[in-house]
Amino acid sequence: MARMNMIEAIRSAHDVMMEKDPSVIVIGQDVGYFGGVFRCTDGLQKKYGEQRVIDAPIAEGGIIGAAIGMGVNGLRPVAEIQFADYIYPGFDQIVSELARLRYRSSGDFFSPVTIRAPCGGGIRGGQTHSQSPEAIFTHISGIKTVMPSNPYDAKGLLISAIESDDPVIFFEPKRIYNGPFDGDPDKPAVSWASHPKGEVPDGYYTVPLGEAVVVESGKELTIITYGTLVHVAIAAAQETGVDCEIIDVRTLAPLDVATLAESVKKTGRCLIAHEATRFGGYGAELVATVQKECFYHLEAPIGRVAGWDTPYPHAFEWQYFPGLKRLSAGIRKVMEAE
Amino acid sequence: MNNKSRLHIPHPTARPGEKPDFSYLDLSPAGHADKPAVDVRTRDIEHLSRGLVRVLDDDHEAKGPWNPNFDAGQLQTGLRWMLLNRIFDERMWKIQRQGRISFYMQATGEEAVSIAQGMALRPGDMCFPSYRNQGLFMYRGVKLVDMMCQCLSNTRDMCQGRQLPIMYHSKSGNVFSISGNLGTQYPHAVGWAMAAAIKGEDHIAVSWVGDGSTAEADFHHALTFAAVYQAPVILNVVNNQWAISTFQGTAGGERRSFAARGLGLGMPGIRVDGNDLLAVYDVTSWAADRARNGGGPTLIELVTYRGGPHSTSDDPAKYRPKDEWASFPLGDPIERLKQHMIALGNWSDAKHEGLIDELETQVTAAWKEAQQHGTMTEGPRLDPATMFDDVYADKPHNLELQQRRMLEIEGGE
Repeated sequence: MARMNMIEAIRSAHDVMMEKDPSVIVIGQDVGYFGGVFRCTDGLQKKYGEQRVIDAPIAEGGIIGAAIGMGVNGLRPVAEIQFADYIYPGFDQIVSELARLRYRSSGDFFSPVTIRAPCGGGIRGGQTHSQSPEAIFTHISGIKTVMPSNPYDAKGLLISAIESDDPVIFFEPKRIYNGPFDGDPDKPAVSWASHPKGEVPDGYYTVPLGEAVVVESGKELTIITYGTLVHVAIAAAQETGVDCEIIDVRTLAPLDVATLAESVKKTGRCLIAHEATRFGGYGAELVATVQKECFYHLEAPIGRVAGWDTPYPHAFEWQYFPGLKRLSAGIRKVMEAE
Repeated sequence: MNNKSRLHIPHPTARPGEKPDFSYLDLSPAGHADKPAVDVRTRDIEHLSRGLVRVLDDDHEAKGPWNPNFDAGQLQTGLRWMLLNRIFDERMWKIQRQGRISFYMQATGEEAVSIAQGMALRPGDMCFPSYRNQGLFMYRGVKLVDMMCQCLSNTRDMCQGRQLPIMYHSKSGNVFSISGNLGTQYPHAVGWAMAAAIKGEDHIAVSWVGDGSTAEADFHHALTFAAVYQAPVILNVVNNQWAISTFQGTAGGERRSFAARGLGLGMPGIRVDGNDLLAVYDVTSWAADRARNGGGPTLIELVTYRGGPHSTSDDPAKYRPKDEWASFPLGDPIERLKQHMIALGNWSDAKHEGLIDELETQVTAAWKEAQQHGTMTEGPRLDPATMFDDVYADKPHNLELQQRRMLEIEGGE
């Protein structure tokens, strides 16, 4: 066991898989010599060579398109998109090609590409470095969408993603790369050093795709969330004193409905929280799912806390970000309802 | 005010009712273009992107350094497969018009592209085709009956009813799945070729787009990646003059050839007579040798003409002169090869008619067999439950539930 932050855990996942499987290669902007703008691939090119850790031109569609072709030719590419906000030029390749290749060829062709992209706000990134576009991807049949909330899960899920024969979009909430964040920007930054999920095995292990996890047990209210907001939800539960059960979805698609339903049936109340904008967001799917599975157990309308339906504003980051105040208010509202 | 800027709207040289005019096409005499060594520097062959590599001249003689010097057997192979492509297309067109398949696309007039290039490649080379490369599937061993079953979406359909007709694929023949989106396969070919180089294999990748699709971002991504990494790939632009109703000038072909698109990246471009089987074969062989010997990518523009409509869904009489193909200076690839073989003395009209009869019989037999596996109205049907397969490697829970629900509803609950 070692102490790792999320960046080190993600780097370790690459390292373990590149060591284990010579078909694993990395491609992306600045991933090679420089080791990535967030350092997630630092040292890999030195260790595995330029043929396996490839600096790419600034063309996300080209990176993803080429990665698809590499995957068809027996490699297992991990493509880094420098920011989730930059993934859109590659969107057609993801939707029309990567996601549907297996289906349209009846399984004769497939391409096991993993696409990593740092996402989310809280880093003063403005509207082009703060987005959470996960709902756009969960809407697409044929890809899996993942977002870890801590170093241990990040490494285990990324190894599962790389090993998966299905394409995986792997979103990394960059606000929690270096430490958990409870949603209050005025508090001093915390590192992963003392967090139990900052303890990460050095070698190979997996966290399976498609499994949500209960991160805090509780009896009064279920909070369903993922990414950075897992930590905000924990803080909000403490602040409000409500006995919350907190679920980290981890794999957004395919969704682990059973874990969600079991919890809400027990607590009878549910709050859904994500950073991304509300309208048409992933939370809407969660609300619909919980409503269908748990309607006769619900004691209050399902609550939803999300980013406002605006672009991510640079100067009003903390009015935009669904932080501690908004989560706490959301908890109280669901608890007040009779 | 002294503003002289104006919006230039490209126009084709002729629209319906006007006299066909191909004066915009730069043509070189057959045998005129020089043939460089495969390790030549791009800057030394820039002229090949402007000229036109031709072997067969107007008197049906093969001329110049790009003549592959085919023997009689090779010539007959080329002719046979081009004819099969055309006869197959003609039959499938009629079948669509009878309402027995939903859609079809012919390669009429462009058969030399798939057949000559298919002949020039090795079986281990990977092809990333466009939607008019059916000849490539045939040449690479896909049975006619399997292609017909795909068009019928019947129980033998290689795509299990998931794709529009003509969107074939062949894992064993190393021909990639046709998407239906334009140009998306171009970067795949480059990535595949990069992987071959990473693995140290000497297979190359080859891809095709039309003149229209060169405007897509994927075209430019592919060229950039191919040039940057010197990927062993051949990128073909099949310039058949028309993208549905839009002439090639609207894709940017008015001022420079499509073959010149890679020059800015240091990628050689060769413009070739796409209706000349011998020239297409030799240029492709040259580019394949270059790629296999570490010389990187080549962009080939194949100048041809779309003899038929874009698909069964459009009527070209509404946007181009009816007799335009007859005026096309590079003619018909089948007729040109036939006349060359007759001139050589090893072919005749009678032999040609005999071959057509043989191929028509083959196509008829294949259609008869294909229908045994189901038509749109009769015979066995695909099981709708299979629509939930192959979305993922393993079926997730939500798809299992939806599959069960669909079957309950279809079964009358």
